[in-house]
Amino acid sequence: MHIPFCVRKCVYCDFLSGPASDALRRDYLEALRRELACEARHYRAYEVETVFFGGGTPSILEAQELTELLAQLCSHYRIAGETEITLEANPGTLTPDKLACLRRAGINRLSIGLQSADDKELRLLGRIHTYAEFLQTYRWAREAGFDNINIDLISGLPGQTPADWRDTLEKVLRLHPEHISAYSLIVEEGTPLHRHLGEYPALPDEECDRQMYQETKRMLAVQGYERYEISNYARAGFACRHNRIYWQRGKRHTADYAGFGLGASSTVGSLRWKNTDDMARYLSLCGAGDTAALREEREALSERELMAEFMILGLRMMRGISEKEFCDTFGREPDAVYGAVLEKYEKCGLLARGGGRIFLTDAGIDVSNVVFADFLPD
Amino acid sequence: MSQTEQSRIRNFCIVAHIDHGKSTLADRIIEKTGLLTSREMQEQVLDNMELERERGITIKAQTVRTVYQAQDGQEYIFNLIDTPGHVDFNYEVSRALAACDGAILVVDAAQGIEAQTLANVYLALDHDLDVFPVINKIDLPSAQPEWVKNEIEDVIGIEAQDAPLISAKNGIGIEEVLEAIVHKIPAPKGNADNPLQALIFDSLYDSYKGVIVFCRVMEGRVARGTKIRMMATGATADVVEVGYFGAGQFIPCEELSAGMVGYLTASIKNVKDTAVGDTVTDAERPCESPLPGYKRVQSMVYCGLYPADGAKYPDLRDALEKLQLNDASLFYEPETSVALGFGFRCGFLGLLHLEIIQERLEREYNLDLVTTAPGVIYKVYKTNGEVIELTNPSNLPDPSEIDHMEEPIVNAEIMVTTEFIGSIMELCQERRGRYLGMEYVEGTRALLKYELPLNEIIYDFFDALKSRSRGYASFDYDLKDYELAELVKLDILINREEVDALSFIVHRDSAYERGRRMCEKLKEEIPRHLFEIPIQAAVGGKVIARETVKAMRKDVLAKCYGGDITRKKKLLEKQKEGKKRMRQIGNVEIPQKAFMAVLKLDNE
Repeated sequence: MHIPFCVRKCVYCDFLSGPASDALRRDYLEALRRELACEARHYRAYEVETVFFGGGTPSILEAQELTELLAQLCSHYRIAGETEITLEANPGTLTPDKLACLRRAGINRLSIGLQSADDKELRLLGRIHTYAEFLQTYRWAREAGFDNINIDLISGLPGQTPADWRDTLEKVLRLHPEHISAYSLIVEEGTPLHRHLGEYPALPDEECDRQMYQETKRMLAVQGYERYEISNYARAGFACRHNRIYWQRGKRHTADYAGFGLGASSTVGSLRWKNTDDMARYLSLCGAGDTAALREEREALSERELMAEFMILGLRMMRGISEKEFCDTFGREPDAVYGAVLEKYEKCGLLARGGGRIFLTDAGIDVSNVVFADFLPD
Repeated sequence: MSQTEQSRIRNFCIVAHIDHGKSTLADRIIEKTGLLTSREMQEQVLDNMELERERGITIKAQTVRTVYQAQDGQEYIFNLIDTPGHVDFNYEVSRALAACDGAILVVDAAQGIEAQTLANVYLALDHDLDVFPVINKIDLPSAQPEWVKNEIEDVIGIEAQDAPLISAKNGIGIEEVLEAIVHKIPAPKGNADNPLQALIFDSLYDSYKGVIVFCRVMEGRVARGTKIRMMATGATADVVEVGYFGAGQFIPCEELSAGMVGYLTASIKNVKDTAVGDTVTDAERPCESPLPGYKRVQSMVYCGLYPADGAKYPDLRDALEKLQLNDASLFYEPETSVALGFGFRCGFLGLLHLEIIQERLEREYNLDLVTTAPGVIYKVYKTNGEVIELTNPSNLPDPSEIDHMEEPIVNAEIMVTTEFIGSIMELCQERRGRYLGMEYVEGTRALLKYELPLNEIIYDFFDALKSRSRGYASFDYDLKDYELAELVKLDILINREEVDALSFIVHRDSAYERGRRMCEKLKEEIPRHLFEIPIQAAVGGKVIARETVKAMRKDVLAKCYGGDITRKKKLLEKQKEGKKRMRQIGNVEIPQKAFMAVLKLDNE
């Protein structure tokens, strides 16, 4: 569920999000509730396994507003008993009361955007909080009963040294979060960071960037975190179920996901679409109950495309893809489809096999795009 | 039109430096002499190829016939013969001039005389044409007509005091030009009763009529049914149609007789049979000797043209075939390259001609091309006495079999304002020029004369000239002869594999410098791979320069979640698409444009 609002946009952010007036926020939530209601009929056969409030900064909403959204969801969709319900949150948008409310409302996982434990770096990124403020939020969350917390971090920041990064990791590890997402910074086109890159301290070179990446894996492993995806680490049993659905493609409808809200993406079987990202249009279509017209960029994925996504997304996970699952899904062995590609990259040590699975090696992760591109249909 | 008296025909052309307003003046003449309403006027009637209009130059000579009602009450036939304005097409220019009896010299009132103006006007005077000047662009604030008049008289030595002062663009002074054509250009001579002798000055292939031969009848007459013979090529044919040139159309007539300019068709299938400069005569009543000046067109610059997509080879062949129908100066033969696969070695009159052909192939035939470094024809004298004319560096025999090599040398004339003489002389020096002399042209300008190796000027000499003279230098050249030179083949090795398409011939003294720059350039062009790639330049197996493309360390998307998949997939697709357009040499993928890197070596 997409909440495209935030207090202020960070310099590296290229998501569809921005500050909004109270009036717009109210209108948006009303539209989102209508979308949930109108779309429900398409999903009668489904049981919802995970819910993710993403943004933007969904925690910018009042506890009441989030509770109402969840209530709307529960009244129109079948929710499984053990549903993972994640809220993306930023320090500075939560209070102890609010956290307690959210926990009571059923939210059982928090994903807190910290990005760095260094206030200088936080300022550079245009974050709205300091490290101390984060610490406070984190403690409140624990006190409110959140026992599944993710912390988002970004490495490879302008001017960052491996020592700086180590420092952030050490501080975070002391908190024992269940999950850590550690992304290497991508300077996306269209962001202020991209436009004014020259005015920032130099980005770490590739060698340095990879060093930080390897360091992350090593330091987190010592503390019992397993890297289960290119940028994601978790203590045993705490891998994010929601995100795994994106990566683990499989038999028809086992990995379907429905996105609600402005610009949200859905994939159902071989169909994929994205909601309009025009706010005025979104509000008026939802208001008119014509949610079918929200769907844009519709595509029907071919068998070859589905296979490619199975491989590309599956290989993002460290355990890689199961040859048997591929076979069960498409009726053919991966080798029958990708024999040449697999052989080529196994030979140069970017892919490996074991236990009926195919996965990226450490070297393969660093240049995974090269490998992935070769799975795409011609 | 057979009744038209010879005395009322004027066959002429316009000579000018590029941009001095030749085409615009031609348009005005056509406009003022009627036969064409303003509505029919395209912006520039003579330049009817899209490409020409964009480049502002005339590639293929074209001709138009108009009728002028003169102030003396008589009707005059004007045959305005268009000439290409670039040094690559010198021979075509000379044949077009030979079809004329006079020429209008257009000089820009602000720019004055330039090297090309001189070259063209001397060419016209060499053909015994009566030349009269007009001074164009007099409405420009920077116009200095009096100064230009004096310059014309001093430098060229023709009377200029009563030269019409005109603005072709704004239609000023055109009437005066028309009267000057009547009075200053002589009527043609020649006797219609003599045996046929007609000069071919251009031709065009038409899929219905076959080759349309553009000719000037010097002696005799030709009509439908005349059995003609091309004296140089020996081809014979029966004339199907004769006529003259309307603006943009062919208008049939009864016959063409001595003094007239027009066309003939005879179901000729190949422009090679109707070489420019050849003489058409009556096969049954031939003239005694052909007209002087015929030369077989000789390609000066060669390069390999390869389809970017190997499967398009047949398309490229068809396209070249079609272009050659209209352009006898285009030469091609199949060749293969280890790096580039199947393609053609093509010969051109010069670098501009090469660029034009390349652009037409890409634009009109929708082909994506890889062009190898252009080179000239070297003469290789082997120890066994054999002489090879080398057009492809890959065919250079083993050094042990070579006795010596020769390269083509041109006579170059460079017109430059005196302040830039130093830097231009320096440039010529760098390009192994031999200084022949210098003439001052009134106070501020000089004509520099050099002998230069052709291979030093084919890539970028013109650009270098312009940049070192802030655009003021102009340049003209023609082939002198071949001279002994210390030449070597420079090979490029990528990841230790020699890439044949990147080899080129270079003077021994420039080999190191060129090799070094080539490696640097290729380093920029070749994307990083999963492994380190050495790029080496070598002469005779000895490496003289090296660069390294470092291995790629990181190419990974940190994030990819549900909302991102489509966008991230597009990134990967782009990456894959980019790879597809590359050439695989060993296990290195080389982008197409890297093969043209050698062209950009000197763009510092």
